[in-house]
Amino acid sequence: MAKVTFNEERCKGCEICVSVCPKQIIHMADRFNSKGYRPAEVIEQDKCIGCAFCARMCPDVVIEVYK
Amino acid sequence: MKQVFGYPESLQTRPNHYCPGCTHGIIHRLVAEAIDELQVREKAIAVAPVGCAVLAYNYFNCDAQQAAHGRAPAVATGIKRALPDRIVFTYQGDGDLASIGMAEIVHAANRGENITVIFVNNAIYGMTGGQMAPTTLPGQKTTTSPYGRDTATTGYPIQVCEMLSTLKAPAFIARVSVHDPKNVLKAKEAIKKAFEYQVNGKGFTLVEVLSTCPTNWGMTPVEALKWLENNMIPAFPLGTFRSLEEVSK
Repeated sequence: MAKVTFNEERCKGCEICVSVCPKQIIHMADRFNSKGYRPAEVIEQDKCIGCAFCARMCPDVVIEVYK
Repeated sequence: MKQVFGYPESLQTRPNHYCPGCTHGIIHRLVAEAIDELQVREKAIAVAPVGCAVLAYNYFNCDAQQAAHGRAPAVATGIKRALPDRIVFTYQGDGDLASIGMAEIVHAANRGENITVIFVNNAIYGMTGGQMAPTTLPGQKTTTSPYGRDTATTGYPIQVCEMLSTLKAPAFIARVSVHDPKNVLKAKEAIKKAFEYQVNGKGFTLVEVLSTCPTNWGMTPVEALKWLENNMIPAFPLGTFRSLEEVSK
């Protein structure tokens, strides 16, 4: 059981996390954050394996990983 | 559930000003993680460059000084000699270190100053608007080389690691990249090792980190990572060029 959380206000929507997720469960949300970017989010949390690839590649330290 | 990845203590919590997808953010975090793991945050002193990372003192959660363009190794030398028990590191881009600051870095390396240099190479001037840098690849289009870098008139990219490893004094010189998770881990290892060398008083350490500039390269952040992998790594081979234990290249 693993979980990722996104601090949406820090996200700049660069989509690097989307490109490295081996389970392809990260998507860009339809809403905007206060900076005007579409933040990354994970809806299917149960598919997360906690590899932390997304967090390691995130330039803005948006992502925390729990396992 | 236990947290396996979180915010490093050595990084301030304010959001950074870097463009979306700029790998400066990754490299800042790796430096902060290395400082955390070695538990030297309270005696670390950062020396910020001129360039995109000029505001690095706003991001590292330790003491910091901002140096004149290219002079960070000279400023770091002064700090380290006056306060030898501190952990002093510079964080410089390729315009800062390889162009205007070339004299300072070569002489700091040659004197074997016990400092750590984090050299971020993205093959272009970022902050000033995408001009050609000494590290720009042959044929690479920039605002001052709109037809591509012409090696007949502007020479070839300077390979800083190779050049500095011809000197006798440096203790650790490595080139790493942050274009995928595996290389981010390797970069972290190299940066941590460089700081470890300094903690143990072994002398001059430099880690060159290949980085992207999606804005000035005119690419999406994901395309920029691919471009780095396909174009920059052949021109700037990764590896350890100098190490007191072993040389893998």
